[in-house]
Amino acid sequence: MPLVMVAVLALIPFLGVQYAGLSYFFGVIMPYTALVVLLTGFLLRLVDWLRRPVPFRIPTTCGQEKSLEWIKYNRLESPHRFWEAAARVLSEVFFFRSLFRNTKAELHKDSTLVYGSHKWLWLGGLVFHWSLLVIVLRHSRFFFVMIPGYVDFLDFADGFLDVTLPTFYITDALVLAAITFLVFRRLNDAKLRLLSLPTDYFPLFLIGAIVVVGVLMRYVMRLDIMPVKDQMLRLVNFSFDAPGEIGTLFYVHLFLVSVLAIYFPFSKLMHAGAIFLSPTRNLCNNSREKRHVNPWNAAIKFRTYPEYEDDYREKMKKANLPIEKQ
Amino acid sequence: MSKYVPKVSELKKEFDEKPSVLKGNYSAQEWWDIPVEFRDGNWCFPGKPEVLEDLGFANPRKWAATDQDWQLPAGWQKTISDGLQSRLKKYRSLKLFLDACVRCGACADKCHFFLGTGDPKNMPVVRAELLRSVYRNDFPLVEKILKGFSGSRKLTEEVIKEWHAYFHQCTECRRCSVFCPFGIDTAEITMMVRELLNLIGVNNNWILAPVSNCNRTGNHLGIEPHTFVQNITSLVDDIEDLTGVTVEPTFNRKGAEVLFITPSGDVFGDPGVYTMMGYLLLFHHIGLDYTISTYASEGGNFGMFTSNDMMKKLNAKMYHEAKRLGVKWILGGECGHMWRVVHQYMNTMNGPADFLEVPVSPMTGTRFNNAAATKMVHIAEFTADLIYHKKLKLDPKRNDHLRTTFHDSCNVARGMGMFEEPRYVLRNVCNSFHEMPEDTIREKTFCCGSGSGLNAEENMELRMRGGFPRANAVRYVKEHNKVDSLVTICAIDRASLPPLMKYWNPGVTVYGLHELVGNALVMQGEKKRTEDLRENPMAGFDDGGDDDEE
Repeated sequence: MPLVMVAVLALIPFLGVQYAGLSYFFGVIMPYTALVVLLTGFLLRLVDWLRRPVPFRIPTTCGQEKSLEWIKYNRLESPHRFWEAAARVLSEVFFFRSLFRNTKAELHKDSTLVYGSHKWLWLGGLVFHWSLLVIVLRHSRFFFVMIPGYVDFLDFADGFLDVTLPTFYITDALVLAAITFLVFRRLNDAKLRLLSLPTDYFPLFLIGAIVVVGVLMRYVMRLDIMPVKDQMLRLVNFSFDAPGEIGTLFYVHLFLVSVLAIYFPFSKLMHAGAIFLSPTRNLCNNSREKRHVNPWNAAIKFRTYPEYEDDYREKMKKANLPIEKQ
Repeated sequence: MSKYVPKVSELKKEFDEKPSVLKGNYSAQEWWDIPVEFRDGNWCFPGKPEVLEDLGFANPRKWAATDQDWQLPAGWQKTISDGLQSRLKKYRSLKLFLDACVRCGACADKCHFFLGTGDPKNMPVVRAELLRSVYRNDFPLVEKILKGFSGSRKLTEEVIKEWHAYFHQCTECRRCSVFCPFGIDTAEITMMVRELLNLIGVNNNWILAPVSNCNRTGNHLGIEPHTFVQNITSLVDDIEDLTGVTVEPTFNRKGAEVLFITPSGDVFGDPGVYTMMGYLLLFHHIGLDYTISTYASEGGNFGMFTSNDMMKKLNAKMYHEAKRLGVKWILGGECGHMWRVVHQYMNTMNGPADFLEVPVSPMTGTRFNNAAATKMVHIAEFTADLIYHKKLKLDPKRNDHLRTTFHDSCNVARGMGMFEEPRYVLRNVCNSFHEMPEDTIREKTFCCGSGSGLNAEENMELRMRGGFPRANAVRYVKEHNKVDSLVTICAIDRASLPPLMKYWNPGVTVYGLHELVGNALVMQGEKKRTEDLRENPMAGFDDGGDDDEE
């Protein structure tokens, strides 16, 4: 179903531009709408999370805590100071630290469980996300009159193979390979097949389609990119002028990106924001040293010692236990 | 063994032969189409009506999980959905963990219950989906247009049954949270769902009876003050018989320097009592000015497995009693979830403990800065510090009859981060210590399978399955290093690992860390010791020969 959905989505702008002449809708209205939805949606989701309190200090401790002075503690996995916790979160964001730990459990003969290191998901995920980042940054060439230096650098680094004309970007291949792997593992592994939902395939197919269309434009159809850049610059300058003559494929690409942007704040893609806020990762493990305050600390009536003694006074006397009241 | 568990050969046969999702040779239907099954050995008896009435909990009645009709109270759907909404407002963790999952599957084969049952709903991600699917139903319009797209469903009685089954097949051990790229902690979700279930009277007597006991008598086992004293006195007698030394614990004594609190299992249960004997010997050895309370006589906190409010209520006694007795600080015994509560919740819930002082070891002068706010020190930290400063006279050869391995308890490992102290103590009190394989220890440790209040006899099959990965790792060191002793620092472990070992690894005995400390301590004025605290002969100390001391 998700694959069909993406195909239908790709067909909409194709038909719309080719046969209905809706290039203004797909070239101007859609991108603006998408941008507004993405930014406000993302922000609202973040605010929605942030306004909820963190009542308890619940880091998952994956290393030795700071305790006695002669025992070395694990700054990254059991952070004691703010910057250590920050480093922990950033190591998750940039290097997928926890996925790096991944193991695979196998049930062998004679009921023996065996665990092996299993870094494929880590590698696939890392390649996928980093490639996407490089690709997005490379695209910023369309949004500036003067191309920024980092784009030239990325272009150079990404294209060092220099095997085709126009220069072949390695990230294009890497991201497609990573998506293929990420889809394949969901279909191939019995566990993953069971736990995957259509919403897990949909963004993969959608991003895959965006990349494929982009690759087609660049290497196969050789789209004239000057009008594309003109149109993007117009958008960046908040102009509502109608786009010039651009190949239909571009509208497909742009529309799918718009759909992704609109889908983003309503979906699991919000993990991009959530990873910074996870209370099991971004808090220091120092709750015995410094009191963590719960803003709604519930008022609770507990059974006090006098109530206890009232019930057991005679028995306590017989056992020679000291008592408060005779 | 228990009538609630199949023979070990049957379970092994199942593991070896039956196709399963774990082995990858079985494709189940969609998880939401798999019916819930309650059968002998996989569920805990529900809370007794009188226990619920005592606690003022909802919907007291006689029922069983195997009943067709669970007699849920009128309007239960609203109770659940209102309860969920209010918790989403109070806990960022819950909201975030429901929203952030990408179902990458890293957690799937990390759960001991999944490894022991092969049941797809025991994959942590699917366990959370049991709640998530209902939570997502907030967007019914989307669901109507794209049926089945987001995997949401209505809250039905079947869902409640599923929650009851699978949120009682999670021991809140947090192993999945170690591997999750977003740190999603199923324990957090399980705690919330159990709170919700308690609102409509879907519960577990093995949790609620101790909670009620603890509220009334001060401890889970319901030991009244005079019996509590009697039990410890009889341990004092045993110590005297074995060592010739008379230890003198005091009770409810005002003005002591330290209040000592340990799980009541150490006072009452075998083999916990041997660990208690170890504490008593240690305190006597160093001349600690301490007292034990019959009112705050429980370190553990089954409130944690019920609701956060109940956790707070039971835990309040510790500070209340420390204040009344005027002690300087609190020392806590070996326990798992007790230390999750003390380390991560107590000061927030019941503090600030301004009336106490920052703990300082009276023997070494070490100031426990890491406990500067809670004013509560873990016994393993305390003992490690004593050994480091050479304040203990130890003879590790007295544990030469044991070949040990160490089981990290989930909560102490992943909810506190204490790994080195118990190992340091263990290495100093015995000569033979072998680690289990590295993917099964420290932050990757496996649960005993009975944590979080699942230690009920009638739940035995599930416990033996849940404990299978732990038992498997023990089997490894048993076969490779001839290990015969499993050392832990958790009272639930001491209660649950013996049957687990008896089932999977006969010949392996379970010990508390401070029991081994007690064995090794050379007490002033002791008689010649030939037996350990269990009255088992030590190696090389058997007769009056003179070759046992170098």
